[in-house]
Amino acid sequence: MNKTVNQKAWLFVIPVFVLVAFNAVVPLMTVVNYAFQETFGSNVFAWEGTRWFKQILQSDRFHAALGRQFTFTFIILLIQIPLGIGIALTMPKKGWGVPTCLILMSMPLLIPWNVVGAMWNIFALPDIGFLGHTLNSLGFDFNFTQQSGDAWFTTILMDVWHWTSLVVLLSYAGLNSIQPAYYQAAEIDGASRWDIFRYIELPKMKKVLTLAILLRFMDSFMIYTEPFVLTGGGPGNATAFLSIDLVKMALGQFDLGPAAAMSLIYFFIVLLVCWVFYSLMMKNEVKS
Amino acid sequence: MKKFKWLVPTIYILFLMLPIYWLINMSFKTTTEIINTYSLWPQKFTLENYIKIFTDSTWYMGYVNSITYVVINTVISVAAALPAAYAFSRYKFLGDKHLFFWLLTNRMAPPAVFALPFFQFYSSVNLFDTHIAVALSHCLFNIPLAVWILEGFMSSVPKELDETAYVDGYSFWRFFFKIFIPTIAAGIGITMFFCFMFSWVELLLAKTLTATVAKPIAATMTRTASTSGYELGLLAAAGTLTIIPGAFVIYFVRNYIAKGFAMGRV
Repeated sequence: MNKTVNQKAWLFVIPVFVLVAFNAVVPLMTVVNYAFQETFGSNVFAWEGTRWFKQILQSDRFHAALGRQFTFTFIILLIQIPLGIGIALTMPKKGWGVPTCLILMSMPLLIPWNVVGAMWNIFALPDIGFLGHTLNSLGFDFNFTQQSGDAWFTTILMDVWHWTSLVVLLSYAGLNSIQPAYYQAAEIDGASRWDIFRYIELPKMKKVLTLAILLRFMDSFMIYTEPFVLTGGGPGNATAFLSIDLVKMALGQFDLGPAAAMSLIYFFIVLLVCWVFYSLMMKNEVKS
Repeated sequence: MKKFKWLVPTIYILFLMLPIYWLINMSFKTTTEIINTYSLWPQKFTLENYIKIFTDSTWYMGYVNSITYVVINTVISVAAALPAAYAFSRYKFLGDKHLFFWLLTNRMAPPAVFALPFFQFYSSVNLFDTHIAVALSHCLFNIPLAVWILEGFMSSVPKELDETAYVDGYSFWRFFFKIFIPTIAAGIGITMFFCFMFSWVELLLAKTLTATVAKPIAATMTRTASTSGYELGLLAAAGTLTIIPGAFVIYFVRNYIAKGFAMGRV
């Protein structure tokens, strides 16, 4: 759409700008404040320069949390994106199945995150949970509160349960926007199922899939409540992802300086990755 | 192969329903039964847990508090986002692209980063432990989202609609409320759905910004669980009840969900 230049449009944006700035700028400045200074309580500050940043960037604890975070995000993307596409491809296109699928599949998305954690906790407990009990009676030695491998397995399974539907819904919407004429043409050309997927469906889903990856990246990178309730970051620090580690440092140990520095580094990483994605997305949009 | 296509979504839905069933199953058991016996359905069916929640004000007020701030947040977010999304979809102005990306960065900000400064900030403006504090803090991620979705819907409405209305002698605001808003009603519905959803499921900020008066149900759950040992039956019942508002909302927007995803850019 060709837009007209109109500086008065700013007036329309002011309410949004004020509300978001109220929430974003002041608290962010507080974080910046802590990141460069040492506090002695009661508003006494001493300038520390970049000491906290150096300390965080060199600390093994941060490297470990960051490593766990990237591993987790990478694994869930690797599972959720293909699985989501696969399920969207097999979903019914008309009839009573459509609303049924949509309603039931959206359910996990609307459950408060700590309830998701609590639900999976009681679902996976080895003695009273269905998952834990079943796995143990099948002969697996499964106990997610003791063994870090099992804790990872449960956390990933929980996230797949919680968020795959988002990818499904996005892909399904992308698939629905394809005109029937494309399929008819493919049929005339004698295209195989794979060809249809590769040359018609996948390119048409490109936009929604970029979006799905972007959203899943952001949200899984910020994950806090669900693993906090499920495993509390344990056993040990096995599932202490970035947010959990950060809150532990800031609210648990009151190491405000390093915690603030870590917040800024953390935010910067998310921002950087999202900016790359966003630019890619906008480039695609201009092309199409 | 076509014949068995329905199997994939069916198995997936079964997988989704299993943990939910387990939660519901436990909510009808007493805590002693949960701990001592393993069973696929309640042996001694009880409504005790639910009765406790509906008669104890510390429990049911949690639901009232959550719904209050979620509704306030949804109204503020959509009301503020409507004119802004219109501006982004129709006009070019100084710094528009930067502003749009800046808005999105707030959707990307990890809430854990903001927890402590939010606590200090809202305490210093005397809003700590009020519904409005939680509603305002959730604007941080809901407003950018609302602007993003609405902008997508509005851009799909041709500009000729605006121009025809002006030619017919409509003033801007009359056009906006009488013609434009009804045209994108589905988009507004979807936006409200997502604002509701993200405000309803968020806990970290809601918990940080409240103590007693505005405490959300999700926080009530965690605290009761830690003080009196794990009252699993009660926890399960409270969890089950948190699913219901979401289920209601999905039911009402079911016809728009897929469409909304396609047009908007959630």
